[in-house]
Amino acid sequence: MITSQSPPDGVAPLSSAGMVEVGETWRRLHPLSPVVRFGRVLIGVLVIAIPSIADSQGQLHDGGFPVSLVVYLALLGLGGLGGVISWLVTRWRIADGALQIETGFIRRQSLRIPLARIQAVDVIAPLAGRLLGLAEVRVVSAGRGAEHSRLAYLTAAQAPIVRARLLALAHGLEAGTPEPPSLPLLHVQNGLLLPALLMRAQVITPVLIAIAGVAAIAAAPVVGAGALGSAVTVLVVSGLGVARAFNEDFDFAISEAGDGVRLDRGLLQRRHETIPYGRIQAVRVVEPFFWRVFGWTRLEVDVARQSVSHEADRDAQQVARTLIPVASRAQALWLLARVMPDAHPNPPPDAGPPRRARFKAPLSFHFLAAWFGERYVYARTGRVQSSTIIVPLVKVQSVHLKSGPLQRAFRVATVEVDTAGRRWRASARCRDEIEAAEMLRRISERARLSRRTPPPLPVPVRAAG
Amino acid sequence: MTGAVAAAWGPDLPPLKRLSPRFWLARQTQLALVWIPTFIAALVVALVARVPASPALPVAVALIAILAWVVERGRYRSWGYAERDDDLIITRGLLFRRVSVVPYGRMQFIDVTAGPIDRAFGLATVQLHTAAAATDARIPGLLRADADALRDRLATVGEAKATGL
Repeated sequence: MITSQSPPDGVAPLSSAGMVEVGETWRRLHPLSPVVRFGRVLIGVLVIAIPSIADSQGQLHDGGFPVSLVVYLALLGLGGLGGVISWLVTRWRIADGALQIETGFIRRQSLRIPLARIQAVDVIAPLAGRLLGLAEVRVVSAGRGAEHSRLAYLTAAQAPIVRARLLALAHGLEAGTPEPPSLPLLHVQNGLLLPALLMRAQVITPVLIAIAGVAAIAAAPVVGAGALGSAVTVLVVSGLGVARAFNEDFDFAISEAGDGVRLDRGLLQRRHETIPYGRIQAVRVVEPFFWRVFGWTRLEVDVARQSVSHEADRDAQQVARTLIPVASRAQALWLLARVMPDAHPNPPPDAGPPRRARFKAPLSFHFLAAWFGERYVYARTGRVQSSTIIVPLVKVQSVHLKSGPLQRAFRVATVEVDTAGRRWRASARCRDEIEAAEMLRRISERARLSRRTPPPLPVPVRAAG
Repeated sequence: MTGAVAAAWGPDLPPLKRLSPRFWLARQTQLALVWIPTFIAALVVALVARVPASPALPVAVALIAILAWVVERGRYRSWGYAERDDDLIITRGLLFRRVSVVPYGRMQFIDVTAGPIDRAFGLATVQLHTAAAATDARIPGLLRADADALRDRLATVGEAKATGL
């Protein structure tokens, strides 16, 4: 898989410079890595240390030495030393068909990530890294959490080259192949992102309650003030959520390359991510309640991660990614068609559950729908926001039917389609019993057929070398 | 529910295999281990405390124990599985019923486990894992030899039909 070191003729100078940088020899990470890596620890210690030292200052007028200061300095020193040692003992190279990372001072750890199993390579530049011109390369491979397979940090110029090289080798191409050119698809205006985030129900609802509380203070002071107070509390929490989402999806751009889509996003921390078409397990079309007025839609994707059972929840969260944070419905459908050809997220007229299910699921009945076609299973659920999950039949892991005592009283049952990962499943809730049994049979049958002859990927993956 | 599935599937659904009666014996032993001491304790309390209502306590415990026995029997009877050409079908549950279809091609690995009571009765549980955490494909109460044979069969057929993510 690894080929000659010399770059092919006519390759851009950037790439040939990269060949020198990211050869097969062992290399260290950037010397400033510990600074960025332990910057957060430093800030954390300082946040705790400064107030407590300022406090103890008052008690130490009699010439005593501030003991806590020594302790904190020692902690910082140890942290810094640890960072430097960790940097000293970490080295990496790309050789023998694998990305190899060696690390650990007392317990040596040698990591080999087979290039063929690489699912995606992301470049992430946190704020401190951006200030110093550094970026992290994070390799998402089947069966390993992101935490262990990261190169933190390389120079901002080096990171994309390493990334391109890893991807090229993962696809079985020449080592020097530059990253396939990407075609911009959509760009989300920040002027649209912010109002869209503010229009989520978790922001609007407390605002409405707060207004009602202010209005009610004159009439019923206790109730009004109570409502206002709790609404403000909720608002602070959801405001933090909005700020975080804004920070993450700021300047969101999605583009398409030969093997998948690329996402560029982030305000403080810039991310450059890939989502290979073949790894998409499911797409979710979300329409929050207040967005319907404006016709806005959000798309999310779930990407394969082979072993999820031992991953921390935080990692599981990272597996699902925003494909587009907000877009008009037409744009979202167009984007969906790029990722999942022939998918139609509008339910056919007979996709709803039987009328009697209204009493079983009164709050979500209006959104419940499930149907399937030649290539996809669709399931729409939700109470105030509608959420449609689309699972390609070829990605279906298992199918099950379940029914509780109440459901049996209404002669309905739920059919669920499980996809890889722990987050999503397409859930056809409250179908007629007979229809549910029929769905169970036909979905598993169609999934079996499409596994046998998988449909082509959206855009043919470039011919493997 | 299994009735509706059987009706919709027709000949596609082979007759379900049931669990070993020894599993029911093991479950009853488990029930006895919990409920007989509880009942004796209730009886002692009722005899010691000379309150007019005291006989109600052991009676209530006995009724709950009988209810538990009935529910457990229903659960035991609800388990069933069928090996089809391309997938394994598992039914289970009394109140919350569940019929799972797990394709062999999606199996990642198979566990055979046996707890202390299971071991005492020579039983084992076979569990299939797919890449989906939601897949819950478990067959308890198989005779040890049957469990091993099932695991080997599944492993062989799974290898032949394995598909990537």
